[in-house]
Amino acid sequence: MSDETTSPDDLFHEMAEQGHTAAKLDPRAKPVLTVEDLRMYFPVKAPGLVRRTVGHVQAVDGISFQVPEGGSLGLVGESGCGKSTTGRLITRLYKPTSGSMQFGGRDLATLSKRELKPVRRDVQMIFQDPYTSLNPRHTVGSIVGAPLAVHDIVPKNQIMPRVKELLEVVGLNPEHYNRYPNEFSGGQRQRIGIARALTLNPRLLVADEPVSALDVSIQAQVINLLQDLQKEFDIAFLFIAHDLAVVRHFCPEIAVMYLGKIVEIADRETLYATPHHPYTQALLSAVPDVKQAAVGGRRERIMLQGDVPSPVNPPSGCRFRTRCHLAQDICAKVEPPLLQIGPRHKVACHFAGELGKAPERPVTTGLLGVDDRGNPDASSTEPVDVELMTGSGYEDRWFDVGSRTVVSG
Amino acid sequence: MTATPSVERSGTTVSDSDPFLVVEDLSVEFPTPDGPVRAVNGVSYTLELGKTLGIVGESGSGKSVSSMAVLGLHDPKRSTVAGSIRVGGQEIVGMAEPGMRKLRGNQVAMIFQDALAALHPFYRVGAQLAEAYLVHHPKASKRDARRRAIEMLDRVGIPQPDGRVDDFPHQFSGGMRQRAMIAMGLINDPSLLIADEPTTALDVTVQAQILDLLQDLQREFNSAVVIITHDLGVIAEMADDVLVMYAGRAVEYGATKQMLTRPAMPYTWGLLSSVPDVQADTDARLIPIPGNPPSLLDPPPGCSFNPRCAHRDKVPGDLCRTTLPELLPLAAGSKHLKRCHLADPEAVYQSEVLPEIAPDLVEEA
Repeated sequence: MSDETTSPDDLFHEMAEQGHTAAKLDPRAKPVLTVEDLRMYFPVKAPGLVRRTVGHVQAVDGISFQVPEGGSLGLVGESGCGKSTTGRLITRLYKPTSGSMQFGGRDLATLSKRELKPVRRDVQMIFQDPYTSLNPRHTVGSIVGAPLAVHDIVPKNQIMPRVKELLEVVGLNPEHYNRYPNEFSGGQRQRIGIARALTLNPRLLVADEPVSALDVSIQAQVINLLQDLQKEFDIAFLFIAHDLAVVRHFCPEIAVMYLGKIVEIADRETLYATPHHPYTQALLSAVPDVKQAAVGGRRERIMLQGDVPSPVNPPSGCRFRTRCHLAQDICAKVEPPLLQIGPRHKVACHFAGELGKAPERPVTTGLLGVDDRGNPDASSTEPVDVELMTGSGYEDRWFDVGSRTVVSG
Repeated sequence: MTATPSVERSGTTVSDSDPFLVVEDLSVEFPTPDGPVRAVNGVSYTLELGKTLGIVGESGSGKSVSSMAVLGLHDPKRSTVAGSIRVGGQEIVGMAEPGMRKLRGNQVAMIFQDALAALHPFYRVGAQLAEAYLVHHPKASKRDARRRAIEMLDRVGIPQPDGRVDDFPHQFSGGMRQRAMIAMGLINDPSLLIADEPTTALDVTVQAQILDLLQDLQREFNSAVVIITHDLGVIAEMADDVLVMYAGRAVEYGATKQMLTRPAMPYTWGLLSSVPDVQADTDARLIPIPGNPPSLLDPPPGCSFNPRCAHRDKVPGDLCRTTLPELLPLAAGSKHLKRCHLADPEAVYQSEVLPEIAPDLVEEA
């Protein structure tokens, strides 16, 4: 690194200034991407000559969210919950089974290959593994310059100057453009991947586990770099990760996925301080915490029993019920909607409540027109407020789980 | 290399005062075409039965290499191991292979990071477990070994162990494979268990299950555990003592609580400041360690951390660049050791580092 030679009085403070605090939420930001009821079913084929479709892997099953302009939305969940598939759907590496993805006035879900090409400039992706996502037989210059050539943006003789500029932006030596990926370390390779994604000035970057393959000290360098770039170029991020601490630092807003569905989505403060879904609570309680243990004692853990069920044949009703300590009859019969329960908080649970204060009776019965056991309730006269349970954005009124009434803010 | 002590001794005697594992001045060197690589350089630590030692460091810091030496896994033709490792009073360095085999898997066992790669894909899980048992219990019948395998699978929390014992590794999920690995490691009741990044490839919920399981089993068998990881959170939950390694050397060593609340070495500060915390103040900054770990072929002169250290300007002269600091106690009689030239690291940490990385903790301190 070049800054090794600077030896002014306060090296540490200079370094600390370059570090970022957690990203802030801008509640008025307009959405750059609006995803509604997105589904991706992969067919499962029978073995043999006649490859009949015998079922579907419901990798992503009806998710809705918005990514704010210049902001970031985090997507967390265990492996196999569909978070990477979501990222690949947005970049249209897969064609979704159904649903819509509004971006810049167009629906990404239905565009043809030819129509997609100009959109690809605006939506780019950073991959997890910097070792397999760069072609080992191409030089860094040709890797980073490829998008410029493909989209025919600048004349061929101007590609190299732009590549050098980009390498400098991501903190690499621009003189190294004719080296091969194997000459770089993991962190530097990830920077090359980031430079490639930035080449076309995208408005939305899908970052699929961008730091999980890196060493701890390098992770922080890359996160800081991404935060710098976000500020400088006003890029929106869909940040996919399984590390809850990293997501918390990078994203002011976070969605938790389980088996192809979003189970809870909220701003950072709400989600980490008062999670209302038992799965979110279990996830958070499982994260080892440096500070907690240093002062002695250990946090009470919610142990999840067993494994995630197969997405080929997911449980009826609520998908989390097979591992949930709150589950009752209603959970098997009626699927809980993703209900808005706060100004920026949605949760999909019949027994939504703060940790240890889960309600005894399901909170959703009035809204869904069912009784406590999940059977249709004819006597219920309340009109079903559909808007609180659908849509990708937030309404200005919500269902208060304490008083079980709709309140407005 | 030191002379081989009496290898044939089968029963080991551990006096109450002597720790079960004693590593003294351990160095491991690999010859390469570009010159010798000293992956571990003068590392010493001790570990008592029932206690856990955490070893932290980046990739290439020598944490795995030093633990593999404890199991005698370095080929003497391709490496030079110097120093002394005593397990239950028995010297490991220079021990001949037959003696090592008796020890390996019996008194000392290892759990690897990637369970799918560490289990043989062609053999049933039960057969692999039984093999580990039969090797060290030659008189046991196959039926006994199988019963023991089922018992261990049950003990590590695999559902329907009498059915799953005949499964192949690919039929297990990631967490179950890691459990099977632990079962294999513990099947002969080892006194020392080395877990090399046992949870790195796992999801947080599964990681929590595995860590809890390891702690339960440790309590039950009163074994000594060495846990190698780069996750300070795991260390905070599991370890009694921590050893921080950098470029093959121990740079800080002490009790976990002491180390995490009062770290005394800029590299440890860097590790703490470069990982966000789930509970941290959102005003806390994420301060990376600049640069990359040094090449072990050509380590920097003086303190090997000096090119990346943000506090080297606080040491007078160019001491950091010329002289390797000794691993010395923080204060006289303290068990907290650090390898750093800073005169008063605690003051620097409290006044400068902590306000940036954890503003919420400053008042309490």
